[in-house]
Amino acid sequence: MTTEFRLVVDGKTHTIRVDDPHMPLLYALRDELGFSNPHFGCGLAQCGACTVHVDGQPVRSCITPLSTVKGAKITTLAGLGTPEHPHPLQTAYVEEQVPQCGYCINGWIMTAAALLKATPHPSDQQIRDGLAGLKCRCGTHMAIIRAVKRAAQA
Amino acid sequence: MTINPTTLLRQDLTRRGVLKGTGALVVSFTAPAAIANAATAAGSAPKRLDPTQLDSYLAIHRDGSATAFFGKIDGGQGTDVGIAQIVAEELDLPASRVAVVMGDTALTIDQGGASGSFGITWGGKPMRNAAAEARQFLLGLAAKRLKTPVEKLTVANGVVSVMGAPARKATYGQLIGGHFFNVTMKWNGKMGNALDVEGTAQPKKPADYKVVGTSPKRRDVAHKVFAQPATYVTDMRVPGMLHARVVRPPTAGAVPNSIDESSVKAIPGVRIVHKDGFVAVLADKEWNAVRAAEKLKIAWSQTAAVFPEPAALYDYIRKAPTRHRKVEKQTGSFDQAIAGAAKTVTADYEWPFQSHASMGSACALAEIKNGTLTLWTGSQKPHYARDGVAALLEMPAEKVHAIWRTGPGSYGRNDAGDAALEAAFLAKTVGRPVRIQGMRPEGIAWDPKGPASIHHARAGLDAAGKIIAYQFESKGFSRLEIDSSEKNPGDSILGQQMGLKLSPTDSFGIPDEAYDIPNRLMAWETIAPFLDRASPLRTSHLRDPVGPQIHFASESFIDELAHAANADPVAFRLQHLKGRDAAAVKAAAEKFGWDPRVSGPRGDPKADVVTGRGIAYVKRLGTIVAVVAEVEVDRRSGKVRAKRFAVAHDCGCVVNPALLHATIEGNIVQATSRSLWEEVRFDRQKVTSVDWETYPILDITDAPEKVDIVLLNHPEIPPTGAGEPSSRPVAGALANAIFDATGVRLRRAPFRPEQVKSSLAT
Repeated sequence: MTTEFRLVVDGKTHTIRVDDPHMPLLYALRDELGFSNPHFGCGLAQCGACTVHVDGQPVRSCITPLSTVKGAKITTLAGLGTPEHPHPLQTAYVEEQVPQCGYCINGWIMTAAALLKATPHPSDQQIRDGLAGLKCRCGTHMAIIRAVKRAAQA
Repeated sequence: MTINPTTLLRQDLTRRGVLKGTGALVVSFTAPAAIANAATAAGSAPKRLDPTQLDSYLAIHRDGSATAFFGKIDGGQGTDVGIAQIVAEELDLPASRVAVVMGDTALTIDQGGASGSFGITWGGKPMRNAAAEARQFLLGLAAKRLKTPVEKLTVANGVVSVMGAPARKATYGQLIGGHFFNVTMKWNGKMGNALDVEGTAQPKKPADYKVVGTSPKRRDVAHKVFAQPATYVTDMRVPGMLHARVVRPPTAGAVPNSIDESSVKAIPGVRIVHKDGFVAVLADKEWNAVRAAEKLKIAWSQTAAVFPEPAALYDYIRKAPTRHRKVEKQTGSFDQAIAGAAKTVTADYEWPFQSHASMGSACALAEIKNGTLTLWTGSQKPHYARDGVAALLEMPAEKVHAIWRTGPGSYGRNDAGDAALEAAFLAKTVGRPVRIQGMRPEGIAWDPKGPASIHHARAGLDAAGKIIAYQFESKGFSRLEIDSSEKNPGDSILGQQMGLKLSPTDSFGIPDEAYDIPNRLMAWETIAPFLDRASPLRTSHLRDPVGPQIHFASESFIDELAHAANADPVAFRLQHLKGRDAAAVKAAAEKFGWDPRVSGPRGDPKADVVTGRGIAYVKRLGTIVAVVAEVEVDRRSGKVRAKRFAVAHDCGCVVNPALLHATIEGNIVQATSRSLWEEVRFDRQKVTSVDWETYPILDITDAPEKVDIVLLNHPEIPPTGAGEPSSRPVAGALANAIFDATGVRLRRAPFRPEQVKSSLAT
């Protein structure tokens, strides 16, 4: 018994059939649709590595049941910007050479993108507070803050 | 000269490795994916490369560009860029024209993978020598072609020309492009880290460096920022693959008595693989494998309480029988000198088990085709992953092709090595390709741990306040209960669950510094592992293995001595140091704006928030680091904020200043996390740190405001490594700063709010 879902991801509509309607969005994106991002980090919404935008808001796709995103507009890091048309945060990330292992990147960029939309010129403290809880294991936190500031000035 | 398939393959790679310009920014896509895919597409069984052959390290393509084949990997610090620079320097090419292939066992010699901060230090040596030899060979070819003696030739950007007659020229591409050098070099007979080759050519003098010392950018950043396919090992997929999840026991050492297969019957397509203590579930759909692992009912064996009460861990270590004792350094007579000391100081320090807690748990993909097993792995030692798989499955190593792809973080022997062997075993067992990925506990509760330890220090000062006697003894779990690689299946969880016993190496260490102290006794002792197999508290290498714990203790202790001598801690250190060591201490202090005085609280002793500064200085295999930390301590909550650092870093010749900066900054922030927050929790039967709630790390709200870095560059001194050294002084610098702020000496890490608060209260 499978359930059909229609998902709009990065502007394209996909139809998938899944065994479990409660399957988290992350598995639909990675396993069913073949997106290389977002990443599985914890499966517990504790780290942010799986973050995508659902109707413009950052959500942790590892705990977001498919059944709750029917018809929603989903944007992944690859859909946020491209090398040809980069999001200012992506440009800033390249210029600041932020990531080391980079596995955490979806959480920081997707969350920061929403932060900058709401607060185009955040203070250092607003950046830190807005990104609180996201995990980075390589210790690139300060580079992340530099990149968000750079993007805000772009 | 014939062109064999490997040469063609390399040509193909270069054609794929194009630079794509875009309006907004230049993004380099020398796609690692294309490289590995091309290698796989070659289809033939990989054969071992010949370490004596220049061609094993370097290829020149028809367009005159080069590819370096580097037998290590880069974990995100840009080691590959450094290698490109070193090779480019010797070849007189721009770094951008040197591609670097890493971590593919079919294309690179075993240079030991990522290990010991040796990427540039040792890994760069054969690459430099091979490139210098290649340049000499190319000049020889050019001399013939241009009918001009070598001495009259000059090279720029891969074009050899006659001095004074620039129109008479030949490009590297014209001279050899697409062909093998067929040049034999003198190999030192070693594989792994120590591998080196020498030719007859002299590498350049540092004074002539044009590429080394500049800051080309990383090559993987754009892949990551734009979420390019096949960037991570987790992205790799092959047709027909199954997804697997392991099911680890609920308590350490438990084995399944029975498995209720009906418990997962409702989930489509689930397969269970069970051998001895190892259990995994597989399914076509990843989510079904995840659900099945969660739902599978297993009757596990009862186990004894194998771990001590967590609060008694350090007493346990203190009382445990010593397995191995090693006196690593003994000079003069400690006993005599301490007897005559004007003042003696004694202190003990404690450090917990720590987890790699990589950003994601490990992943691997294994496929067996035509008798060859291809393994995609995030292991930082892919050649050893190959060897481990070959040993486990009793296959010749030539029939295993390991392809490294950046993993979800890698700072030592984390869970990646376990995943590699599990994927291979499952692929063989089920006869289909298998992709395995850990859930969160596999990377925190079940990865190999950095060892817990205690440290005893005792020293004597003379009447002038100089250290005349110094004893430093560590006791703890070995840093190598399992090896730092997975080359032996006995060093993996799966191997141990299938009955292979732990065979630990006894290894720890002593402080690395250059204090002028005439009478020393520096030793360490190891104790037995808790459990003889598959322990979640088995130990192995975690970034800068045993460095943070030893130097937390030793540098806290030097500060205690400074205090006992009523001396400023910077001046006290300088009294015992000279040369580059003293220069690093001075540089860090100067960058920070150090205020010379005896450490200890100033101002209102009842203030809620107090600040302090502390210094620590260390060495690591030739690299020298001095760090000054500034902290803010909230006495009400016990919370410590590491606000600011000033770092002086001397690792000899700086190859790439910008990447070195980033590497040091990452070390400082990661080590701050380890110092302030990280401790593996456990109860008598299991590890209870299973996620980020139970294994908290530094949050961005607590990240430092500033890390100032001074690079002390010595182009004439070969590089001594930067991947780890700046991890080790951080805990000491923070503890010393906390003492300065509060007057309270923290001798047990980490400095979590609850611990700091209770220490302040006593």
